[in-house]
Amino acid sequence: MDAPTLAVWKFASCDGCQLTLLDCEDDLLMLAGRIKIAHFLEASSATVAGPYDVSLVEGSVTTPSDVERVKRIRAQSKALVAIGACATAGGIQALRNFADVDEFRSVVYARPDYIQTLARSEPISTYVPVDYELRGCPIDRGQLLELLGALLAGRRPQLPVHSVCFECKARGTPCLLVAAGTPCLGPVTQAGCGAICPAYGRGCYGCFGPVAATDPRALLAKLRALGMSADDLRRAFRTFNAAAPALAAIEETSEP
Amino acid sequence: MAALLTSLDSLVAALRADRRQVIGPTVRDGAIVLAELDSARQLPYGWGVRVAPGGYRLRERADRAAFGHSAGPQSWKAYLHPPRTELWSTRRGESPAEPDEPPPRYAFLGVRPCDLRAIGVLDRVLGQGKYPSVRYAARRAATFIVAVNCTEPGEACFCVSAGGGPKAAAGYDLVLTELIGADTVRYVVEAGSEKGERLLSTLDTYPADAATAEASAAVDAAAGRMGRALPPGDLRALIAEKRDAAHWDDVASRCLSCANCTMVCPTCFCTTVEDTTDLTGEVAGRWQRWDSCFDPDFSYLHGGAVRTSTRSRYRQWLSHKVGTWHDQFGEAGCVGCGRCVAWCPVGIDLTAELAALASEETAS
Repeated sequence: MDAPTLAVWKFASCDGCQLTLLDCEDDLLMLAGRIKIAHFLEASSATVAGPYDVSLVEGSVTTPSDVERVKRIRAQSKALVAIGACATAGGIQALRNFADVDEFRSVVYARPDYIQTLARSEPISTYVPVDYELRGCPIDRGQLLELLGALLAGRRPQLPVHSVCFECKARGTPCLLVAAGTPCLGPVTQAGCGAICPAYGRGCYGCFGPVAATDPRALLAKLRALGMSADDLRRAFRTFNAAAPALAAIEETSEP
Repeated sequence: MAALLTSLDSLVAALRADRRQVIGPTVRDGAIVLAELDSARQLPYGWGVRVAPGGYRLRERADRAAFGHSAGPQSWKAYLHPPRTELWSTRRGESPAEPDEPPPRYAFLGVRPCDLRAIGVLDRVLGQGKYPSVRYAARRAATFIVAVNCTEPGEACFCVSAGGGPKAAAGYDLVLTELIGADTVRYVVEAGSEKGERLLSTLDTYPADAATAEASAAVDAAAGRMGRALPPGDLRALIAEKRDAAHWDDVASRCLSCANCTMVCPTCFCTTVEDTTDLTGEVAGRWQRWDSCFDPDFSYLHGGAVRTSTRSRYRQWLSHKVGTWHDQFGEAGCVGCGRCVAWCPVGIDLTAELAALASEETAS
């Protein structure tokens, strides 16, 4: 039996999530022994034509040609995995969704008429069916290996949908909101990172996006009590996952 | 027979000499956490805490008390029933094998009476019954417990109304009462088991004499200084009666569903299992990890989760804790340690929620 093939694709993104694959080091060597990396331009300009068993798709869809390309990738992929905040929620660039793109275009580019762009930065799932999503900015190496290992073994991957608090508690980090008065988005943010930031005394800034089962507005009163202004709140929730639908309610509530 | 210690150095040294891993309170990351202690010098001498719903701060005390603080962010559950444990692993073609390690030889130093009761609750849930956990029972049997009677209840404490009190009842090997002087601390120590007697006989102690009465008075006084109380009456009946109360919606509008309350609770025991495989495809394993009724996946059956709203999840937690726990295990699951009150990021206080439920008129 031929080794399963893996392809890695980039849309509007910074490449950090793809680099997580290269950052797997020893595990990458082990992985390379079990799969054929057929298309991964960040690692090699040599590519193999599809179809592919697994496609990892980084970045958000922001141009008309992106829409066509993501459909072609979907058609060539048995399993399609959206990786990172851009691919799962539109990324930081989804801040454009709240502004006038034509105005941006006219200010930023010398020849705005050369620029073809969509009004919104959208996650991959807006345009094609997605089999799995890995959240984060960037994604977590452990979750990537868990997902690829599960796909190789034909089992269900462990991708929890609960809060970051689970991970702080498992590693014994005292709650920053309670014990330090440090603003932290952990209670309304999906786990998967291992609660790295709180372990170093830094509040979670929500790069894994909102927990689907929670109304993030329940955290606002606490964050206000810790001194955050309406502007602070808007910025905190409008970063990596600005366009995540679950955060839309925040905008209405935090107006000054 | 009570005796007097003028320092805990010899006790910690004796436990370590007995090849035990001593776990006790120490200051780290702005809180009094539980961690392995190399010596009694790591105890939080001179540190107290200020606690409020959703708030916890260290404060400097005017004295040198080591146990002048109420419950911190962790409980002993983390050691007896760890967040993640391997159940078995196997290589392709071989039979699954359980981990073949002897249980750790813990000595818990500073177990409060509320937490001692919580360990008793865990014993009955995990260590006994029809399907006891062999791993839990082994860890528990290998653990030496040094309890500390409570002389300083915190603002979130309500053990008395939860059926306990500041004096350790049973289940310890040794029990200490801290006597706080102007610039000294002394400890009245009593044994509660043969293991405790043997260890105590190796220590140089003084006769307790009048200190025993002083200790009793300090513990008795603590009972009247609880920061909170559960509403009076039959909470089990209350919960059963108020299943459809409007107040559940009020709590749900504040609750983050983040599961902090269940993680800090010394008796919440729920777990899930996760299957693992490595990248070579040759090794597979099964792990048990803490789960929570606040996790949307907790009630996931084919097709979806049963409890889809925060209202249903919070109601499940509180109903089990003070209501249906009785049906399952013959007692309440709450010991009144106050952790869920202090460590809820948004300060939801179960004593206040139960009082609000009790005062809500039942719709006919």
